[in-house]
Amino acid sequence: METLVTILAGVLVTVATYLLLSKSLIRVIIGTAILTHAGHLLIMTLAKLKTGTVPIVGEGNPVDPLPQALILTSIVIGFAVTAVSLVLAYRTYQELGTDKLDKLRGDPDE
Amino acid sequence: MKINNVILRTVTKLVFFIILTLAVYLFFAGHNSPGGGFSGGLVLASALVLLFIVFDIETIQKGLPIDFKLVAAFGALLSVGTGFGALVFGENFLTQAFDYFNIPFFGKTELTTVTIFEGGVALVVVGVVVTILLSISEDE
Amino acid sequence: MSTIVLAIFIPFFAAAIIPFLYKYVKNIHVGWFAILVPTALFLYLASLIPTISSGDVIVQTMNWIPSYGINLTAYLDGLSLTLALLISGVGALVILYSIYYLSSREALGSFYTYLMLFMGAMLGVVMADNMLVLYVFWELTSISSFLLIAFWYQRKRSREGAKKSLIITVSGGISMLVGFIMVGSMANTWSIREVIADVGTINEHVLFIPAMLLVLLGAFTKSAQFPFHIWLPDAMEAPTPVSAYLHSATMVKAGIYLVARFTPVFGGEAVWFWAVTGVGIFTLFWGSFNAVRQTDLKALLAYSTISQLGMIMSMFGMGSAALYLGYSTESVIYTGSTFAALFHLVNHSTFKGALFMIVGIVDHSVGTRDIRRLGGLITLMPVTFTVATIGSMSMAGLPPFNGFLSKEMFFISTLDISEASFFGLGSWGILIPVIAWVASVFTFVYSTVFVVKTFLGPYKEEKLEHPAHEPKPGMLVSPIILGLLVIAFFFVPNMVGKHLITPAMGGIFPTFAAEGADLGQHIHAWHGFTPELVMTIGVILFGVLLFLTRKYWAGVYSLFPEKRSINTFYGFMLNQIEEKSTLITNKYMTRYLRDYMVYIFTFFILGIGGTFIFTGAYKFTLPENASISNFEWLIVLAMMAAGITVLFAKSRLTAIVLNSILGFGIAILFVLFRAPDLALTQMIIEAVTTVLFLVAYYFLPELDKEDTRKKTKNINLFISIGVGVVFTAVALGVQGNRAFETISSFYENSYELAGGNNMVNAILGDFRAFDTMLEVIVLLIAGIGVYTFIRVRTKKESDQIEDK
Repeated sequence: METLVTILAGVLVTVATYLLLSKSLIRVIIGTAILTHAGHLLIMTLAKLKTGTVPIVGEGNPVDPLPQALILTSIVIGFAVTAVSLVLAYRTYQELGTDKLDKLRGDPDE
Repeated sequence: MKINNVILRTVTKLVFFIILTLAVYLFFAGHNSPGGGFSGGLVLASALVLLFIVFDIETIQKGLPIDFKLVAAFGALLSVGTGFGALVFGENFLTQAFDYFNIPFFGKTELTTVTIFEGGVALVVVGVVVTILLSISEDE
Repeated sequence: MSTIVLAIFIPFFAAAIIPFLYKYVKNIHVGWFAILVPTALFLYLASLIPTISSGDVIVQTMNWIPSYGINLTAYLDGLSLTLALLISGVGALVILYSIYYLSSREALGSFYTYLMLFMGAMLGVVMADNMLVLYVFWELTSISSFLLIAFWYQRKRSREGAKKSLIITVSGGISMLVGFIMVGSMANTWSIREVIADVGTINEHVLFIPAMLLVLLGAFTKSAQFPFHIWLPDAMEAPTPVSAYLHSATMVKAGIYLVARFTPVFGGEAVWFWAVTGVGIFTLFWGSFNAVRQTDLKALLAYSTISQLGMIMSMFGMGSAALYLGYSTESVIYTGSTFAALFHLVNHSTFKGALFMIVGIVDHSVGTRDIRRLGGLITLMPVTFTVATIGSMSMAGLPPFNGFLSKEMFFISTLDISEASFFGLGSWGILIPVIAWVASVFTFVYSTVFVVKTFLGPYKEEKLEHPAHEPKPGMLVSPIILGLLVIAFFFVPNMVGKHLITPAMGGIFPTFAAEGADLGQHIHAWHGFTPELVMTIGVILFGVLLFLTRKYWAGVYSLFPEKRSINTFYGFMLNQIEEKSTLITNKYMTRYLRDYMVYIFTFFILGIGGTFIFTGAYKFTLPENASISNFEWLIVLAMMAAGITVLFAKSRLTAIVLNSILGFGIAILFVLFRAPDLALTQMIIEAVTTVLFLVAYYFLPELDKEDTRKKTKNINLFISIGVGVVFTAVALGVQGNRAFETISSFYENSYELAGGNNMVNAILGDFRAFDTMLEVIVLLIAGIGVYTFIRVRTKKESDQIEDK
């Protein structure tokens, strides 16, 4: 299971990287969201999967609670990052009339 | 933009309170079973988002005149404040305390400063999520 | 009781309060509050003189970073106390002067805040025992000096001068830090006292000489020694009280303090002797030689300061020879040089402080400092003239002023050292008194220029901005006090010598003090027709001669034209660095996000992947894999499919739906992985994110086909697969080799430790609450960020208040 999930994370990283390299701002943002997912899966698998019960006292031998706490934090931050970059993208589009990164280079002397 | 969708509206009015109850439950359950400040806050925020989607923003803001930026700021203040509270008692920053009390009607109850801290977290989550969505959708 | 540590911090507290006083107390000049701080400090420090002069030192420690051995140890011996008294004493006089000098329209709140910052930092420098703490305060003085030079930031010259001083002194400071770190690693302690105590064990170390040179670099840049002196004349753009305080009386003495403080460590080495003496004596000559050609009174004083600092520096260098010889009745004679250095350090602050204030008064009164326009002020400003004459004659080394005493002692030291035969002095030693004498002649000339050109000769009112008049009495108080001190130190020099300088000597020559040597000197004004008196008389005769024949030999200066000066070279270097780095930066900073991503990912593949292969970390043992049910296969394969399909999504709606599939898929995986909290949160977040995307899509354009060239697409694909493969390989490698035990078992006691059964929640709310708190704040910042992006639109026009 760990190997399979790691490979899944690897596939997601590949997809995310490709999206991050594209011209369109929206694709880049979706890329960051997918990268976050891949990161979560990685953290999860590093602590081994399904080794016990839910991490609640009294339920038996629990799985590792630490990665869960890390990921919980990361999920919420991931949302904030997506929100900020989306708004950045749409304000850029509003001001400059394009969402193509290669057209957003600006003036070198500015 | 007004959509007259009677079924959706009726269901929302009912479901809103169910979600709200769930949010409160999750928030308090967090200490001993799944839930907590983040989940509670998010569920509450999603309930509000549902309201904003189904009814229009003006109507909701008339009935619910809350500045969510202030909610978020107050939440952050609460979280940071519990940290300083520990300093007052000579403990390290953000040391949490808990104890068990016998309260009539509830019986033996655990009271802890984590709840205040988590309350702050929940308020920030609600405030920020709603602020973000409202800011975007209110832009002309 | 750490009253001394507190003394360092009082100015900082004052710096925090002054802006508020300035804002809310309108009818009292804020300087009157500021002056209380140095006055109180001076009185407090003066009350410690009896303790210190009896040979005691005061050490007080306040922990700062105890785990790294970095503590705020205040160490007060004679040397520190002398400097600290100068800092607080001159500080009080300068603030008093500035109250009348600066008009109330200026930003007085900032001025006194910076001044207090400087005062605290400077006290920290002279009292810190820990080298790293000393460094922190040292850089703080550079920064406050920068702020003060740029006080009139509307002027281009002020800004440039500030920048120059900052660049030079801070680069020197950084090299000094490196030197400190070397010393610290050799001696295994950060405490200067402890380094001095076991100096015998480190002076054979290979890093000993490099460390010495680096520390000296810091001292030389700070004390404006040749060739780093170029920042000091430009720093004269600061308001005159600042020039009087920072750039003549105190901050520039920090380098000299450092040399004095480290003499017991490095002194006794030939390199140290020649570096300090040589640089000092040449700076003495170069400064005085250039001071004569200046037409701006402040520039003249700036070069004069450079020259005097060089003189003090060279005396410390000559004094260090005593440490080389070790304790004996013959070697003690060289310590006289150090004694003279300390004495001149005090004297210089008195007369130079007074002279700077005089320049400020002249400038204030007639609106110019150009000696070509000044003249004949003697009848109109008699008091100013008197103080100026006292200061100048002391500077020139004439009796009955304190400068005479220290100048004589300087001549004695140079003569003594020229007769020595170690360090190769036998052949070169004679140069030292010769250069010293020539420089003193020039010193006499510029001192004369200062007085004669300003106060004597014809009065040219048509060339002045305002008619000359004596300033407000308040402005004269400080220079008069300093002028009186100049005279007082001549008549009772041993008061200073016995109570401050003799204890300071003990700190510089601890080995001598341990042997019971008498390091104190009795200062005499008259000791018969000795060689040094002959030298002084020669200085006066030749000085007068050179002054009178000035226009015949002024052609000498054309040998040193502006375009070949160090200053021009500095400007040229700075320009070149800026140009070249812009050129290089523009080569790779294409302002296109994809290119930056390519750099990052290529580095990732080569750096991480390369390390992974070359360190042989690729051991894929896949132990104890958890079982996979059919249902789990289904979920994972669906997610992979959804992930890959995102790449081919034609519309943004498809893309976001596919992203949601991934999100919910992960939520299901979280359920399977026994993470109910995560599943819950992930599910709600996914819903909210989808709403967020949909709302934002209302404003964003539809996805169109990527019109990227085939070749670029292939490169992108290649990089993506590379990143994916490296990522997977590293992840699998890590799983196969667990380097250390998990720390998670600690958190499994959440019920006993935090009173909660839910471990994840206990970690978030209790064990790692600090992380959660900061996360919440990040979230808040994101929320405010989004709000401001949308609601706050920039104003296009901004006020231009800067000139060119």
